Amino acid sequence: MSKIIQIVSSRRTWAWPYVLFMALFVLLPLVLVAVYAFTDIDGHFTLHNFAKFFSHSEAISTFLYSVMIAVFNTLICLLLGYPAAYIMASADYRTPKVMAMLFILPMWINFLLRTVATVELFNICGLPLGEGALLFGLCYDYLPFMIYPIYNTLQKMDSSLVEAAQDLGANRWKCFWKVIVPLSLPGVYSGIVMVFMPTVSTFAIAELLTHNNIKLFGSLIQDYITTTDLLNYGAVLSLVLLVIIGVTSFFGEHDAKEDQKGGLV
Amino acid sequence: MQKPEFIIEVNHVSKQFEDGKYALNDVSLQVTKGEFVTILGPSGCGKTTLLRCIAGFQVASSGDILLKGEDVTQTPPYKRPVNTVFQKYALFPHLNVFNNVAFGLKLKKENPETIKKKVRRALKMANLTGYEEREVDTLSGGQQQRVAIARAIVNEPEVLLLDEPLSALDLKMRHDMQIELKELHEKLGITFIYVTHDQEEALTLSDRVVVMSEGKIQQIGSPTDIYNEPQNCFVADFIGESNILSGTMIKDRKVSFCGHDFDCIDEGFGENNPVDVVIRPEDIYVWRKEDEKRGKILGQEDDDYEDRVPKGKFTKWYGTVESCIFKGVHYEMRVLTPDNYEFLIQDYHEYLPGTEIGMLVKPEDIQIMKKEHYIYNYLEGEVLKNGKVRFMDADWDVNPQQAERFEPGTKVQVRVPFRSIDLQDYEEEGTLSGEVHFILYKGNHYHLTIRTDTGYDLYVNTNDVWDDGDRVGIVIPKNDILISELQSEETENE
Repeated sequence: MSKIIQIVSSRRTWAWPYVLFMALFVLLPLVLVAVYAFTDIDGHFTLHNFAKFFSHSEAISTFLYSVMIAVFNTLICLLLGYPAAYIMASADYRTPKVMAMLFILPMWINFLLRTVATVELFNICGLPLGEGALLFGLCYDYLPFMIYPIYNTLQKMDSSLVEAAQDLGANRWKCFWKVIVPLSLPGVYSGIVMVFMPTVSTFAIAELLTHNNIKLFGSLIQDYITTTDLLNYGAVLSLVLLVIIGVTSFFGEHDAKEDQKGGLV
Repeated sequence: MQKPEFIIEVNHVSKQFEDGKYALNDVSLQVTKGEFVTILGPSGCGKTTLLRCIAGFQVASSGDILLKGEDVTQTPPYKRPVNTVFQKYALFPHLNVFNNVAFGLKLKKENPETIKKKVRRALKMANLTGYEEREVDTLSGGQQQRVAIARAIVNEPEVLLLDEPLSALDLKMRHDMQIELKELHEKLGITFIYVTHDQEEALTLSDRVVVMSEGKIQQIGSPTDIYNEPQNCFVADFIGESNILSGTMIKDRKVSFCGHDFDCIDEGFGENNPVDVVIRPEDIYVWRKEDEKRGKILGQEDDDYEDRVPKGKFTKWYGTVESCIFKGVHYEMRVLTPDNYEFLIQDYHEYLPGTEIGMLVKPEDIQIMKKEHYIYNYLEGEVLKNGKVRFMDADWDVNPQQAERFEPGTKVQVRVPFRSIDLQDYEEEGTLSGEVHFILYKGNHYHLTIRTDTGYDLYVNTNDVWDDGDRVGIVIPKNDILISELQSEETENE
C-alpha cells in the first residue's frame, strides 16, 4: 500500500503524461520532418531534396528575404521596445501598470483577428498593403515579446548599481551606456530570440497583410507541404528553418548569464 | 582665498518624504578634514538618509550642505568630490575586479598607464593584489567589500562615505575589516563618514560619533564622551548597557534616587528638580553583605575586597542577586533592592542568586541627565459639545466637572499623567490605538513611548512588560484627564 502511495506521490510518476505528450507531439513530428526530408516520394533514402533546395534560386531568395524581414522586424521591435521597457521600469509605480496593461491588451485577442483588423485599418486609412504593412503588422504583433524580457531585467536590476556609477562620476548618459545597457543584455537577447524566431517562420500575417503578394519562407513551406508530391521538399525547407532557429536560440542561451536571464514572458 | 574650516557642513537639513514624515529633522553637523565620523542609530533613524544627502542621491527638502565651503545641496552625485562604499557593495557584475576599480578613472579619461598604476595601488591598499582578472561574483563577501573600497578610494576622494559596509559580513570578518578600515583611514588621511547601527563598531572606529534617532541628532561627541556622558536616555540606553533611574537633584552635587542620597559631580540642575540618572553596570562595586557584618572589611576570605571596593564616605545600598550569567570576561547580575529597584551589574566575581550584596558607586560614575519629560503628557485639545474632549485626533470622555468649566469649542491644554494611561492588549479596546515605539527600563518601572496611529507620541509609565512594536489600545480613565486654559507656548520643559 505504502509503495503505491509512494509511486502516486512521486514527481516522476506525474511527469509521465507530459513526457508522453512531448514524445508524440514534439519529438515525433521532428523525426517525421527529418525522415521526409531524407526520402523521396516512394520512401527511399535520397539527398535529392537538399540538392534541389540549394539550386532552387526562388526558394533561397525567399529564405533570405524572410530572414531580412525578420532582422528588420527584430531591429524595429528593439528600437521601440527598449525605451518602452526602460520607461516602464524606471517611472513611478502607477505608470508602468497602465502601460503594461496597454501592451498586454492586444494580446488577449487572437493574432489572426488582430491582423485582419490591421488589414481593415489600412483599408480605412487608404494605405496600401505590402511590405510596409507587413512590417507594421509584424511589429504590432511581436513588440510585447521584446518589451517584457527587457522590462524584467531592468526591473530586477539593483538600483544601487546605478547610484554606484553616478557616485564614480558617471552622468545619466554614461550611466545608461556603461551600466544599464550591459546589464540588460540578457533581456535583450531573450527579446531578440523571441521576436526573430517566430517572424522567420511566419506566414499567415504575410498572406493577409500583402494580399499574398509577398511570399515568406513560412508561406513557401506551407505551399509545398500541402501539395502532396512536394511534401518531401517542404520537409527540407522546414529542416533548414529549424536549424537556423536552433542556431539563434543557442546564441541567445549562450550569452544570457544564468542568474540574469530575462524571463521569457 | 580663505581656507574653509570644515570639509563638510550640514546646516539645518531636513528631509521630508511624500507622506509628510521627516527622515531628517533639522540636522546640523560639521566635519573637519581627515576626521573619522560615525553616524550611529537604530534602523529608520535617518542615518542613511543623511549619508545619501551628502552623497547626492537624495536632495534635502530644506537646509544646505557644503563641501569644502561650496554649496552642493543641489549638485548631482557625479559632480561631488565624494565616493561611497555601498551597503551591499553594488559591484558591477558585468566587469571584473580591475574594471570595477578602474570604472571611475576611465570615466575621467585618464591614460591607460596611469589607470593601471592607480588601480594596482588601490588594490594593494585593500589587500587584493593578484585579484585583477577575477570576476566579482566569484569573490567572497569580504573580498567584494574590499573591491568596493578600492573602487571608491582609487578616485582619491576628499571624503569617503561608508554605508553600513560591514553589516553583511560575519563577526570575525567584521572585526578584521574594522582594523583594516582604521588603518586605511590613517594611511589615506582623508575624511571618513561611516554609517552603522552597531555601537561597538562606532566606538572602536571613530574620532567622533553622531548618535541619531527619529531623524534628529541626539548627541555628538568622542566615543568616550558618548559612553560616559550620555546627554539623554536614548543615548544612554542605545550605547552599551546601562541602569537608568528617575531621581531628584536635591542640590548641586547631591542627587537622590532609589531611596538614597548620593554625592555626585554634576551641577546646574537646580534644586529639587527631577532628573534621570545613568549608572553603567561595570561602575557599581559589589561585595557580600555577610562579609561586612562579620567585620571582614579587610577580607580574609574574599581577599581583594580591600582593593576592589573604594574606601571613603560613599552611599551604600543593598540588594539580593536575582540572576547571574557568565559573559566570558565578567559576570552579569540582576540585583533587586528591598524597595524593588532592579540593577544590572557587571563584575569579575560571581555572586550566586540569593546572595545579599552591598553596592556603591563613585560620584564621578553617576551621570545626571535633564529629564526630558516629567510626569505629564501635555497635549492641545478642544472641548466638544457632548462633554468630551478631542485631542490626539480622538474623542475622550472626561470628568464632567472638568469639561463644564469651558464653553464647547474652546481650545484647552490637556494633561495626562504617564502613570494613568492604561494599555490594552487588543487595540480595539482602546479609544485610540498605537504602537510601542521605545522602551526604557527605569529600575522599577518601564517608561514607554507610544506612537499613536494618529501620529502623536505619548509617554506611559507602567509595570507591565511590552515589546517594541506591540500594538496597543490606549485607555485613559476620565478622571485622569486634566484640562486647563491653554497657555501660550508653555511646555513641560520650562
